[in-house]
Amino acid sequence: MKSMVRGLLLVLSVCAVTFFLVSKSPIDPLQANVGQAALGAMSEEQIAQLEQYWGMDQTGIEGFLAWIKDLVRGRLGVSLLYRQPVTEVIGERLKNSLFLMMSAWLISGLLGFFLGGIAGANAGKWQDKLIRGYALLTAGTPAYWIGLLLLLVFGVWLGWFPIGFGAPIGAAAQEVTMLQRLHHAVLPTLALSITGTSSIVLHTREKMAEVMGQDFVIYALARGEGKRKILFDHGFRNILLPAVTLQFASVGEILGGSILIEQVFSYPGLGQAAVNAGLGSDFPLLMAIAAMSGLLIFCGNLTANLLYRMIDPRMRRGGGAI
Amino acid sequence: MKIRNGNRRKRIWLSLGLLLLLLVLLLAAGAVSEENALVSDFTQVNQPPSIEHIFGTDWLGRDMLARTLRGLFLSILLGAGTAAASAGIALICGILAAMSKWADGVILYLIDLVLGIPHLLLLILISLALGRGFRGVAVGILLTHWPSLARVIRGEILQLKESPYIWTSQKLGKSRLWIALHHMVPNVLPQFLTGMVLLFPHAILHESSVTFLGFGLSAEQPAIGILLSESMRYLILGNWWPALFPGILLVAVVLSFQYIGEKLRLFADPAGAHR
Amino acid sequence: MDILLKMEHYSIEIHQYENGFTEKKLVPVSDLNLELREGEVTALVGASGSGKSLLAHGILGILPYNAAASGTLWYRGEILTQERLLKLRGNEIVLVPQSASFLDPLMKVGKQICQGRPNAARKEKMYRILEEYHLGPEVAEKYPFELSGGMIRRVFLTAARMGEPGLVIADEPTPGLDRELASLVLGHLRELAEKGAGVLLITHDLEQALAAAHRIVVFYEGKKIEEGKTERFLHHETLCHPYTRALWQAMPGNGFICPDEEGSRI
Repeated sequence: MKSMVRGLLLVLSVCAVTFFLVSKSPIDPLQANVGQAALGAMSEEQIAQLEQYWGMDQTGIEGFLAWIKDLVRGRLGVSLLYRQPVTEVIGERLKNSLFLMMSAWLISGLLGFFLGGIAGANAGKWQDKLIRGYALLTAGTPAYWIGLLLLLVFGVWLGWFPIGFGAPIGAAAQEVTMLQRLHHAVLPTLALSITGTSSIVLHTREKMAEVMGQDFVIYALARGEGKRKILFDHGFRNILLPAVTLQFASVGEILGGSILIEQVFSYPGLGQAAVNAGLGSDFPLLMAIAAMSGLLIFCGNLTANLLYRMIDPRMRRGGGAI
Repeated sequence: MKIRNGNRRKRIWLSLGLLLLLLVLLLAAGAVSEENALVSDFTQVNQPPSIEHIFGTDWLGRDMLARTLRGLFLSILLGAGTAAASAGIALICGILAAMSKWADGVILYLIDLVLGIPHLLLLILISLALGRGFRGVAVGILLTHWPSLARVIRGEILQLKESPYIWTSQKLGKSRLWIALHHMVPNVLPQFLTGMVLLFPHAILHESSVTFLGFGLSAEQPAIGILLSESMRYLILGNWWPALFPGILLVAVVLSFQYIGEKLRLFADPAGAHR
Repeated sequence: MDILLKMEHYSIEIHQYENGFTEKKLVPVSDLNLELREGEVTALVGASGSGKSLLAHGILGILPYNAAASGTLWYRGEILTQERLLKLRGNEIVLVPQSASFLDPLMKVGKQICQGRPNAARKEKMYRILEEYHLGPEVAEKYPFELSGGMIRRVFLTAARMGEPGLVIADEPTPGLDRELASLVLGHLRELAEKGAGVLLITHDLEQALAAAHRIVVFYEGKKIEEGKTERFLHHETLCHPYTRALWQAMPGNGFICPDEEGSRI
């Protein structure tokens, strides 16, 4: 599998770039996390010890190789901010984020597929204008502002949903019910879905408009099939493949969006951790998150490729020739 | 039918002109409102919109209208500058990629690399590497926004390379650089310009997002991202105006640039306009 | 023989945008009068791009949004209104298209022949017709890309016969086929006519028309320029219009020779 090797190499390069960028940062993690005053009172030896603890004694290529070595052994270091092993922080955060991202990913995918399909099938008519207008509007609106508006309307004014966090404030972790968690996740999911939908709508619309101009649609019309039947029999069938590919390739977008949305809702997920790690110069955590998102994007693309081979009969039966 | 279509071109020019005028007015207003945007008045803290302060005031009694205008001024300038620079990178990469196999491989790999990290995360990382602030976002945006346009230009030039007059030029002994400058750049110029305008809205959106998260412009500057991030603290009290107005105007500016770009594309690529 | 389809002053106009802004009007079919008879193959011969396909789409009522037809169509002595056409289309008035691109690449062929509703009766009919064309039932389980050009045409013919075909419009049914296969397909079209249907064969190839048609209509720049029984087209001397003569001379058997004009020897 050549694409597999190439993809993994790419993930490795992503890690290298991240490592380079992070280690170039002029912001001193020691100062950021320990404080100027405390640092001044310490001996050289203590500072050196701290530096080693923070994992910033090694930079450049050696540092990167050391990081890779640790990564292979499953050691991602200790988060400076949360004072926990990075793996634990990520594990816990991922659990929260995964629910949020998966549901937003599914909702935006399905909604985008149908809205885009309907718009494309009616290209130029009012349905198209309406749906395209909606998609262009949300594409031009910053994700975090959509979150803010939802928070304002449904959280503050109507009071239907809590104004943030993953669970009621002050409740012990084991007492939080599933229902409470869901209640807290509704608005962030909605905001993330709205932002994710627009690009899928616009892409699907183009594809559907293209499919509806194809010869086989003309033939179906000539054979007396109705417009609705053609849309479902031929239209959606033929845009399903590109849509699925796009859906898996858009994993990165949802990840990026979740950073903003989680910040607005103070939702304790991976995105918020990334922001905190960045602001607090928590380099081990930041590295791990960047590496993980690179890997997720790679997996998304790989899945898209594999699915394509499995679904498309020309690939499945024809041995790859189209 | 016929008359309406004849006027279509005129109508588009008119709407483009009006939009540009509005944007220029917005910029002018932003340029003169620097002082008002920063002056605090503790007798006027958290005032809802009134005739005196159409957009209300914030937690330090600063006029939100002035702050919003100033924020848009910063956003538009930063967005325009970075989008232009990024488009320049795209042009150079696109030409290089189309001219040599070796450069093509490298540039395609770079594109994959940039697209291999979530956009926002990469912006945060670059901004961090440069110590945040204005320089951080600016470099971040110009380093992350070129791939899509570079792809378009690369494809365009690869197609051009097959055309007979480029061939003739080669036979006449013109150097590759000469051909690139005299035949290829002028030919991709329309796509390049519309691509650049269409980068504006992205650049503006990303600048405000990165600033909102705290990795962009510093808190002393009235950037839209800062305004909205500050508004979050008072949202719970029901103070809707600091969150609503800057956002609406930001969206309006972004959509205007989007519109201008789309229409310019219509002029640059008439064949694609029939859809 | 009864007149099946009659076209009176039939025109098609297209509105197009040039440069995205200036509107242009094209008239690919202009003031056409034509009669198609039951049990006959009528060939419509013209250069590619002369609006022949649009004519087919016009009869079927599936013109693109920027095209408009005018004039009157009579089918079996009654005006062919849109409502009537909706009932007849696909059942009595059928299209035999050009190439594999008219089949949905992602749907099995059998399902497409049965228009996505393969009930037992339809399936049985389909297998019977397929067999007449020497295609086994396994063909129904294949995707279009797995079929050869000749098989694709026979699939189209099968699809055309799933209803009760009265008027068969074959729009360039043979490109990409070798002569033998092409004449086989033309033979099948003639069979349909012998069973009582009227066939409109649209082609750019006069030779093909001579081989398969009872009557020939020559179409040039949107207009009918010559019409007659096939026999009349067999000899150069009986042709009226210079374009028809040019077509005739371009046929391989006639040696590309132009007897009156020495200069145009190729």
